[in-house]
Amino acid sequence: MSLSRPDRDAALSPGLCQSAEGAAGAVRGRADAEAADLPRDAPSAGIADGTGPVLIGQAAHPLPPMPQGALDILAPMHLVLDATGHVSHAGPTMQKLRPDVPMAGQRFLELFELSRPRAVDSMAALLASAGIKLHLRLRDAPRTALKAVLAPLLPDEAGRAGAVVTFSFGISILDGIQTYTLHSGDFAPTDLTIEMLYLIEAKTLAMEASRTLNLRLQGAKIAAEEQAFTDTLTGLKNRRALDHVLARLIRTGQDFSLMHLDLDWFKQVNDGHGHAAGDYVLQHVARLMLDETRAGDTVARIGGDEFVLLFHNLTKRSRIEEIAARLLARLEQPVTFEGAVCRISCSMGTTLSSAYDAPRADQMLADADAALYASKHSGRGRHSFHVPPPG
Amino acid sequence: MMHGLINRSLQCFLRDTYGAALWGDVVAAADLPVAEFEAMLTYEDALTFRVLDAAEARLAKSRATLLEDLGTYLVSHPHNEGLRRLLRFAGVGYEDFLHSLDELPDRTRLAVSDLDLPQMELRQLSGNRYRITCSAHPPGFAHVLVGILRAMADDYGALVMLDHAGHHQQEEVIEVTLVESAFAEGRAFDLGARAG
Repeated sequence: MSLSRPDRDAALSPGLCQSAEGAAGAVRGRADAEAADLPRDAPSAGIADGTGPVLIGQAAHPLPPMPQGALDILAPMHLVLDATGHVSHAGPTMQKLRPDVPMAGQRFLELFELSRPRAVDSMAALLASAGIKLHLRLRDAPRTALKAVLAPLLPDEAGRAGAVVTFSFGISILDGIQTYTLHSGDFAPTDLTIEMLYLIEAKTLAMEASRTLNLRLQGAKIAAEEQAFTDTLTGLKNRRALDHVLARLIRTGQDFSLMHLDLDWFKQVNDGHGHAAGDYVLQHVARLMLDETRAGDTVARIGGDEFVLLFHNLTKRSRIEEIAARLLARLEQPVTFEGAVCRISCSMGTTLSSAYDAPRADQMLADADAALYASKHSGRGRHSFHVPPPG
Repeated sequence: MMHGLINRSLQCFLRDTYGAALWGDVVAAADLPVAEFEAMLTYEDALTFRVLDAAEARLAKSRATLLEDLGTYLVSHPHNEGLRRLLRFAGVGYEDFLHSLDELPDRTRLAVSDLDLPQMELRQLSGNRYRITCSAHPPGFAHVLVGILRAMADDYGALVMLDHAGHHQQEEVIEVTLVESAFAEGRAFDLGARAG
């Protein structure tokens, strides 16, 4: 900590800018004496032209002179300029920006380059920018960007005024902290910089935690989708669900029949009336198949226009023929979608679990598929049973 | 409801200190519906206490010891460097840190708006003696705080004596004696270390 101690400023020096070199005399003299008549005597250099904010000396009750150490405590990032535009004193934190070269004695505009306002090349122009936000950079590396505000000091007898400039890193605080290894003691206790750094870190941590959670939830969502059993378009079971049910039926030794159903002329619906019509037809077909089967049966969509129906505890051929005939009759009724009449049919092939000594899922699916293709080859729009090989 | 951050801290403490197998045992013994707590969700209070019960039984430690170890872990384990840093923002010295406890719940809410820490109050009894009173919700919080205070003393290089002085109605009381504030070197705290 390099804050000024009161004992260093034991004698309340009359001027802010009084320095050991005695340069202060040029800056301002007896403040008390002058304060009262300042407004009338104010020079024209923009100090008291009435356009800026309330300036020092214009207040109804001017501040009493402060000891030099006061500003070091209140605004450790400040510079005091004399009337010639030279630094007469640097606040302790300000000096930390250039630890090897004293700022005092250097010309302010040679230390800093102003980017806003731009055309500032003299002390007079600097004084004219009193009260507005200054954007500036140190001219040599590291060329840290800073914000600043300037307030003129009381002018001397010759009407020449110095100024106090206070600085902050503004939004570049993170760079500033890293570049200059500053500590909390380098900021005034009322300065919110430390709180801001705290908030940045705290929010970063909280954000990381949220991000981790989001990533895990996203992973879980993908896993859930992979484990889903429903075909999202039709609401029927999907291939994965079919495999589960089929495996369970075989495992528990239940009788059932497996029907493979493939739509005929569906490609013509898609090509002729568009995919929206195709989707509509698929949904219509799905409803119809649910209507024509019992609640305990399984209806799954396993491909674009391919379906598998499992009739639980049913292996009676005549009964299955009836169901197939009804399905066919209803499927062949035209469906109207947005004025377009869509006509389809279907081919079916069925195999019975009772036809096997030890039924296997892949075998039964392949046999039903073969029966389906037999239906296709014999003219479509019909149903066939799988014919087990003799013996 | 208990904030997930608290449950997650407890989980990480048990796992980092005693291993994944112990955490697995605790999950089973506490009959948790999840294998891991999420920091940014909330959970039924009862789950936290089931975890504590299970961990105490497995480790044959008292609730007070377990919670104090948790507090120490929160500050001193390398996994929690972020939290240690947030606490160090409180001030330049250990005394500053003690005085910042009053505003710890507010600071916490700035970071995580739905994480409510018990209100803490510091009273200076004499030059170097302090009494911290904190609400007993959740119960045992003061034991965690003792662990934090002890670890932060090491962090600042301060020499302190801490005493959990027991319950008083709905409050728990900790007595702190700051023997020496600059007893050891302490750990460095560079404001910009994590920034950017």
